[in-house]
Amino acid sequence: MTASMNLLVAVCLGYVALLFLVAFVAERAALRGRGGWLRSPVVYTLSLSIYCTAWTFYGAVGYAARSGLEYLTIYLGPTLVMIGWWWGLRKLVRIGRTQRVTSVADLISSRYGKSTLLAVFVTLIAVIGTTPYIALQLQSVTASFASIAQADPNAASLDDNRNIALWVAAGLALFTILFGTRNLDANERHHGVVMAIAVEAVVKLAALMAVGVFVVWGLGGGLGETLARIDASARGQWQVDGARWAGLTFLAAAAFLTLPRMFQVLVVENEDEGHLRTASWAFPLYLMLISLFVVPIAVVGLEIMPAGSNPDQFVLTVPLSQGQNTLAMLSFLGGFSSATSMVIVASIALATMVSNHIVMPIWLRLTGGGAVISGDVRHVVILSRRVSIAAVLGFGYLYYRLSGGGAALAAIGLISFAGVAQFLPALLGGILWRGATRTGALVGLSLGFVLWVWCLLLPSFGTGVVISESVMAAGPWGIGWLRPYALFGLSGVDPLVHAIVWTMLFNAGGFTLASLISFPTPLERLQGAQFVNVFQHSGRTQNWAGDTAQSEDLMVMAQRILGPAQSQALFQEEARRQGLVGYLPEPSPDFLARLERELSGSVGAATAHAMVGQIMGAATVSVDDLLAVADETAQMMEYSSQLEAKSEELTRTARQLRAANEKLTQLSVQKDAFLSQISHELRTPMTSIRAFSEILRDGGALDAETRAKYADIIHGEAIRLTRLLDDLLDLSVLENGQVNLNLRTGVLAEVIDHAVAATGVENGPLRLVRDRQAEEVMLETDLDRLAQVFINLIANARKYCDAAAPRLTVSVQVRNGRLMIDFVDNGTGIPRAAQALVFEKFSRVSDQNAGGAGLGLAICREIMARLDGSITYLPGQGGAAFRVTLPVAQRVAAQ
Amino acid sequence: MGKHVLVIEDEPNIIEAISFILSRDGWQVDTHSNGGDAMDTVLSKRPDLVILDVMLPGRSGYDILTDLRNHHETAALPVLMLTARGQNKDRDMAERLGANRFMTKPFSNADVLDAVRDLVPQ
Repeated sequence: MTASMNLLVAVCLGYVALLFLVAFVAERAALRGRGGWLRSPVVYTLSLSIYCTAWTFYGAVGYAARSGLEYLTIYLGPTLVMIGWWWGLRKLVRIGRTQRVTSVADLISSRYGKSTLLAVFVTLIAVIGTTPYIALQLQSVTASFASIAQADPNAASLDDNRNIALWVAAGLALFTILFGTRNLDANERHHGVVMAIAVEAVVKLAALMAVGVFVVWGLGGGLGETLARIDASARGQWQVDGARWAGLTFLAAAAFLTLPRMFQVLVVENEDEGHLRTASWAFPLYLMLISLFVVPIAVVGLEIMPAGSNPDQFVLTVPLSQGQNTLAMLSFLGGFSSATSMVIVASIALATMVSNHIVMPIWLRLTGGGAVISGDVRHVVILSRRVSIAAVLGFGYLYYRLSGGGAALAAIGLISFAGVAQFLPALLGGILWRGATRTGALVGLSLGFVLWVWCLLLPSFGTGVVISESVMAAGPWGIGWLRPYALFGLSGVDPLVHAIVWTMLFNAGGFTLASLISFPTPLERLQGAQFVNVFQHSGRTQNWAGDTAQSEDLMVMAQRILGPAQSQALFQEEARRQGLVGYLPEPSPDFLARLERELSGSVGAATAHAMVGQIMGAATVSVDDLLAVADETAQMMEYSSQLEAKSEELTRTARQLRAANEKLTQLSVQKDAFLSQISHELRTPMTSIRAFSEILRDGGALDAETRAKYADIIHGEAIRLTRLLDDLLDLSVLENGQVNLNLRTGVLAEVIDHAVAATGVENGPLRLVRDRQAEEVMLETDLDRLAQVFINLIANARKYCDAAAPRLTVSVQVRNGRLMIDFVDNGTGIPRAAQALVFEKFSRVSDQNAGGAGLGLAICREIMARLDGSITYLPGQGGAAFRVTLPVAQRVAAQ
Repeated sequence: MGKHVLVIEDEPNIIEAISFILSRDGWQVDTHSNGGDAMDTVLSKRPDLVILDVMLPGRSGYDILTDLRNHHETAALPVLMLTARGQNKDRDMAERLGANRFMTKPFSNADVLDAVRDLVPQ
């Protein structure tokens, strides 16, 4: 029974399709905000398992077969970090969050004053260190294909395996581009990818466990029997080389922190610091489980497989040799998962670095930053990410083709580890030591990198490939102490340990020394303070306490920085959240932390912290804080450009204010004129009253008739005064819209009758001409108010109509659902210039004093507006003519 | 024998009151109620004093005062201004234009009489 290659390819494709589906569903769920399950600590822990690559899956058994228990060091390092340095990881994650760090290169560059040089350097080292590693994954997939193909007589020739590697690389590139550059979230989180690698983590663990169980209980004859076999074999012996163990454990621990892909899942993709708590025990457990059956598989494999078999493939070839095709298939998928998940995350991490620190700066320089203004940077960034991903995978494939896949898997892995471990001093120093400087980081990294290339990378290609045999043996130009494996005379040591010792010694030493003697730039000092004191600066553990009096000060400050609208909204929202009314919330620690965050968007974290601290009176502001404040000048410059934009807005506002002010001034002038008018209208009758009452009081020679006449004048003026006050009150009520309308139904003719009777005009010279039939119109309005308008119009006609035989004609017509009542007299009418003013307050047309204050028509206009009608002057009618318009009552209109 | 006062005022009742007060004190009183032709009346009647209202139909009291001061025959004629508006700026205006006295309505009869006696040398 043989495994069919076709079936294998089909299963592979099916599995990849499943990953696409998982990633797609997770991405969709996250997009719709329903991805609560995506943010589980379990998913986070499983995503960390990309530490276990194909090297772990296949290579650990091979490693154990060659070097016994030494493979355990690879798991020991991360376990020690996870359990023993939990707080350090939390600090790293917190810094990543607060500084919006996107990669390990970003972290280091950002810590050391946002140095582009450092970023590029770290990126290059990462690419050089990771490319062989990617090649390794491609090779392992190809090798596993080959293992299965060997068992299949119908399989195509082995040469096709190279094509398989190509297809795998292309497929991975496609997947990574699809799910790794889907959106440009500022947090750089990729839910789909993380979920897919979590699934892969389960698959590879299950596969390795299944093979292990089969080997122990199916082949080894049970647990006891297998343990006995192990004891009997040479592998079981503890061949512990102390230096190598310590070196490897250290290397694994360092790589766990500095590998770009690990940094990606550990820090960048982290959703919640709290997940570290779970991961700190769950991830070591995962590592323990995945390493559980390594030795049994190695020992049993060495026993039952023909001599010369590659132990790196035991996980696959042992089940195959026993005809366990399904198990072999599962095992293959496990290895496939290990390889693909590593490649995907590594290429995302590298692409982010390459794109952010190499491609984008070059592009910006080439385009002169013009596009930053036009705003299509997003597309450029995404495109540059995609190209970078393809390039990274292309490099990996190229390396695979060129290297021929010759070296043992584990060796490449360790060399790669040693390469990225060079970031460690700069990284740790950066978050633990404020004295660390950019120069220090550069010196340390350079020394470490050069020594790594010389002592480990170049020799790894094989003696005579890059470094000639003579150089290896005698050193370049015969200088013995420069021999790659015996630097400075340190010979007889394991090459790896040798390299670790020298690179780390020079790296850390150079870093420390250069840091001590160099002087940090202001920005470096600021960033240093923020990184090293991240727990104080990010505020979660900082507990301010205070009362609302301080809230007011905080608000004053916030308004100054954020502007009134934004800060008032912020404070009001917080107050509402606390169940308070108004704008002043309790200065709870949560709120203060939030306020600091908001402020830091404008003035930087350190300034914001110092400002809040000063108001809350929490300790005095430290020298460090003040220094940091001083250092933020650079950020302030940027802020001032925002202010410039705001000042434009201010100009606009000022213009509007000026217009409003002009209007107010105008209104004020009108008000003065009105008061002046009222004063005049009130004082005039008062003058007569006072003068005549004094005359009467003085007594003297006044006959009865004169006395009665003067008393009459006083009486008349008092009535005039009262009427004026009534009119003023009426007008004020009408103008303020406070009037209560008394809506009733009635006939127009009766309303006019009432008005005529009230004016008493029938006893005077003015003759009224009416058409009673036309006046039989139903109305639904405030009949008293309407009558008031009519009274005014009739009284005006009586007063001002100057015809010899004064006549007032009242005519009624209904047009377009509006009722129109015209009052036209036969006098000389109102001069054209005065027509526009006749409805204004205190406007009097005729010179003669008619005893009114000039408020009548103003009141009429207000009344008609309230009644949903109007009153207008009708020119060209021969005499004074006014038209009153009203809506017709509904049922009348229907008739 | 009595000195001659011209009252330029549009409110009939006020005209009547002032006329009564001054006549009782022995003054000869003429009245005029329109602003437009007030200047002509002053020139034809040649009074010893003018009592001038501010708000007049036709031409305002201020304009009439300006005319009086610009005319050589009336440039020194005593003018008592009366106004019902009574704001400070009205008083300032009257003084600037050359009014000899400024009174706010309503006034006390005795004050008017004192002012008139004051302004016209006996």
